[in-house]
Amino acid sequence: MDYPTLWFVLLGVLLAGYAVLDGFDLGVGLVHPLHKSDHDRRLAINSIGPLWDGNEVWLVTFGGALFAAFPEAYATAFSGFYFAFMAALGGLIFRAVSIEFRGKVDRAWWRLLWDGMFFLSSLVTTLVYGAAVGAAMAGVPLDNRGIMASSTLEQIGPFSLMVAALTVAAFALHGSLYLGLKTTGALRERTRVWAWFAYAAYVVLFFATTAVAVGTIDRATKNFDEHPWGAVIVLLNLLAVLNLPRCLTQRRYGQAFVSSGCSILALVFLFGFALFPELVASSTDPADSLTIYNSASSPKTLRLMALFALIGLPFVLAYTSVVYWTFRGKVQIDKHSY
Amino acid sequence: MPDETVFGMDVVMLSRIQFALTIMFHYLFPPLTIGLGVVLVYLEGRYLWTKEAIYEQAARFWTRLFGLNFAMGVVTGIVMEFQFGTNWAAYSRFVGDVFGSALAAEGIFAFFLESGFLSLLLFGWDRVGPKMHFFATLMVAIGGIFSSVWIVIANSWQQTPTGHVLREHVVGDRVAMRAEIVDFWAMVFNPSTVHRLTHVWLGAFVLGACFVMSISAWYLLKGRHIDFAKRSFTGALLLATVASLCQAVSGHFNAEMVAEHQPAKLAAMEGLYETQAGAPLYLFGWPNQQERRVDWGVAIPGGLSLLVHQDPTAVVQGFDQLGPVYGEPPVWITFQAYHLMVGIGTLMIVATWVAWWFYRRGTLFEQRWLLWFFVGSVVLAMAANEAGWVAAECGRQPWIVYPTIIDGVATGGLRTSDGVSESVHADQVFGSIVFFGVIYTTLGVLWLVLLNGKIQHGPELGESDDDGETVPERRHDIGMADA
Ligand code: HDD
Ligand code: HEM
Ligand code: HEM
Repeated sequence: MDYPTLWFVLLGVLLAGYAVLDGFDLGVGLVHPLHKSDHDRRLAINSIGPLWDGNEVWLVTFGGALFAAFPEAYATAFSGFYFAFMAALGGLIFRAVSIEFRGKVDRAWWRLLWDGMFFLSSLVTTLVYGAAVGAAMAGVPLDNRGIMASSTLEQIGPFSLMVAALTVAAFALHGSLYLGLKTTGALRERTRVWAWFAYAAYVVLFFATTAVAVGTIDRATKNFDEHPWGAVIVLLNLLAVLNLPRCLTQRRYGQAFVSSGCSILALVFLFGFALFPELVASSTDPADSLTIYNSASSPKTLRLMALFALIGLPFVLAYTSVVYWTFRGKVQIDKHSY
Repeated sequence: MPDETVFGMDVVMLSRIQFALTIMFHYLFPPLTIGLGVVLVYLEGRYLWTKEAIYEQAARFWTRLFGLNFAMGVVTGIVMEFQFGTNWAAYSRFVGDVFGSALAAEGIFAFFLESGFLSLLLFGWDRVGPKMHFFATLMVAIGGIFSSVWIVIANSWQQTPTGHVLREHVVGDRVAMRAEIVDFWAMVFNPSTVHRLTHVWLGAFVLGACFVMSISAWYLLKGRHIDFAKRSFTGALLLATVASLCQAVSGHFNAEMVAEHQPAKLAAMEGLYETQAGAPLYLFGWPNQQERRVDWGVAIPGGLSLLVHQDPTAVVQGFDQLGPVYGEPPVWITFQAYHLMVGIGTLMIVATWVAWWFYRRGTLFEQRWLLWFFVGSVVLAMAANEAGWVAAECGRQPWIVYPTIIDGVATGGLRTSDGVSESVHADQVFGSIVFFGVIYTTLGVLWLVLLNGKIQHGPELGESDDDGETVPERRHDIGMADA
């Protein structure tokens, strides 16, 4: 494997880590308005309290790594999707703020305000992620200097909207299952109902998007000819998706959560698989696309950074495990809670 | 689209304003958490060592304030990370190979460490033992220091670039130069890294100490939590004294380094329009751009020459000679920001020594005027930190990456005006400035209100029972209602 490919894979790992981890805490936000009482909403916030910040670092590191490994792609995508990034930033800021501030003042209107913000910001953030993935799959108009020339409205095609909806369903499912893992009693039963609805939406959207992608976007299938093993992931994804109804009926929350996580992983994988070796695909002339080769940093830097990743990732996995282990089990409210 | 403007400002100007606004807001918080991190490690360490409950209570109190500041640092930091790509795309293409690596290293080595252990620090009091908790605190503090390492390396490389070469890079029909690392350690230890990093840390320690002193002094003035406040105050005073003295020394080294590597920045910091022998060092002044001189200046004659060349009569270059080579940074703001920082630094040294003088006579806590000064000191320390960066960054203009001078010609740098995104429009940037302006104002107000709530609420000082164990008061929500 050459260094650009290695970095493509490593970025995929960071993105997948982000999607699976922040996916459930965004999902907790997406189902937030469905709670029946203030106490339940407080439990929900505290179920992700110690974890969301660490989850977001996967995104921050993904951003930094993209900057370092493929500066051209980072520059073109971030400046080209200007509005989308600003919206996502706004979403991320308000999410953090509503988690942090909600419990700080003991007034009903204050809590409602931040509960609303928490939902809205989670929704906006998720939609932007989904739309960005959709736009990346469909390709964007690049000029012959590798610079994106399109307005915000042009970037929101029907396919991006579909992927955005799919992402919302996937995260809502993942988040409901997470809440199911962390809570008990009536609340837990309710999360199961939400999971069923989210699951239904997910399945419908999943097949619809797949059909559109296979039918209209050549990129979606081109790599399967050369690398047929990619089909294994499709199969595993199907198994994960089909496993969910069984888990939900039998109330196996742990297994269900793992399944939805696997399904999200598979989607990220398929996204990367379809894109490779492009990073920012041109919808006008394929020759203008930014690939992992023409947008990469120097081999020396890629090698150096691979070394960083080699040293750093085991530590990252260790901290993440320690934190998840410490906060395992049902949510409890104590005086340090939000 | 450089010809578009909003209110007469082009994309470059707007992007600079946006960057200045967002980074200055971000930088309110990191030095506070880096400084407070040190305080927390000290308090928890003392608790483990002495088992005195007061240290644990103090640690819990400062941790709550720490958590709030940290959250603010995180949300504003994410904006920074994305902004290089959104607003400075051309710059990102130019520096990605070098600068991006440092930013990625920051994520892998620092942010994961910080955010992971932060949750143990904030929520882990009853879930992990005191030793593990101490360890988590230590890791968060180290994580904060690591973040500053990588980002300051990146920024220092921008100021005094070394360890790289410029190579042509081809994308489609675009052929552009970009910087690529050839010698990693030379890039990391570029001429300004070490001096600036020490200076940034000391600035954070001064701020952390002032934060603690400010709140403690306020409790003392209000007659609340007296024992706790006295101990916190003296501990922080010690840190402030040492750090502010070192700050002056380190500042001197920084100035020497600037004189050597960025002479035009030095000239802007000192308002030196004309090359002269025995150049003065201003205490105050008002650079007059039209007349190209400093008005109403109070100066030490020959001071600048002494500083730069260890000889009060030596010649120091001004803009008449430097301008054609380096270009001219905005003088007034660089000058004032620099002098504000140095002025506050000097004031801090004096104030801490005065405090010790009263301490020796046993009357420190009766000097209400001095306590009031320390209540305000946190604002001064923040201002000094911000001003230092404004001086450093404005003094770097018109370059975003500083050039190297080869045979009198500026070579290899990147101008700020060439660093801006190619595809972004003035109205988009303007819109985002308004957007961030509104969000940050709201955030700033909320932050102050909540901080105030926590301060008013005060530490939870438990009563010691017979076993020496503490029974903290049960107070669940720290609301404004308590105030
Ligand atoms: C509490 C904060 C604080 C205080 C009291 C001082 N500084 Fe400072 N200074 C900073 C906080 C700071 C900073 C924010 O940390 C900067 C900005 C960039 C940097 O590396 O550090 C800085 C930069 C900075 C620079 C520019 C470095 C560059 O452009 O690369 C110089 C020359 C000095 N300082 C000199 C001094 C002197 C002579 C001081 C006298 C006491 C002083 N500083 C006090
Ligand atoms: C333009 C430059 C900067 C960028 C891109 C940047 C980026 C970031 C990001 C993305 C975070 C959030 C990390 C998380 O999610 O946990 C953050 C937080 C932080 N940054 Fe910055 N940062 C910049 C400037 C600085 C500077 C100059 C310092 C210190 C000298 C600093 C120190 C910190 C620290 C200590 C944190 C942890 C949160 C806190 O303590 O408030 N940053 N930064
Ligand atoms: C954290 C404290 C910092 C503050 C308060 C600060 C302040 C500023 C200010 C006021 C400007 C505008 C200068 C002008 O337009 O004349 C600026 C520009 C800039 N700074 Fe900093 N800065 C800080 C740290 C950093 C760091 C750590 C980096 C990079 C790692 C950085 C990179 C830049 C860049 C890329 C620009 C934009 C281009 C420019 O206008 O020069 N800054 N900063």
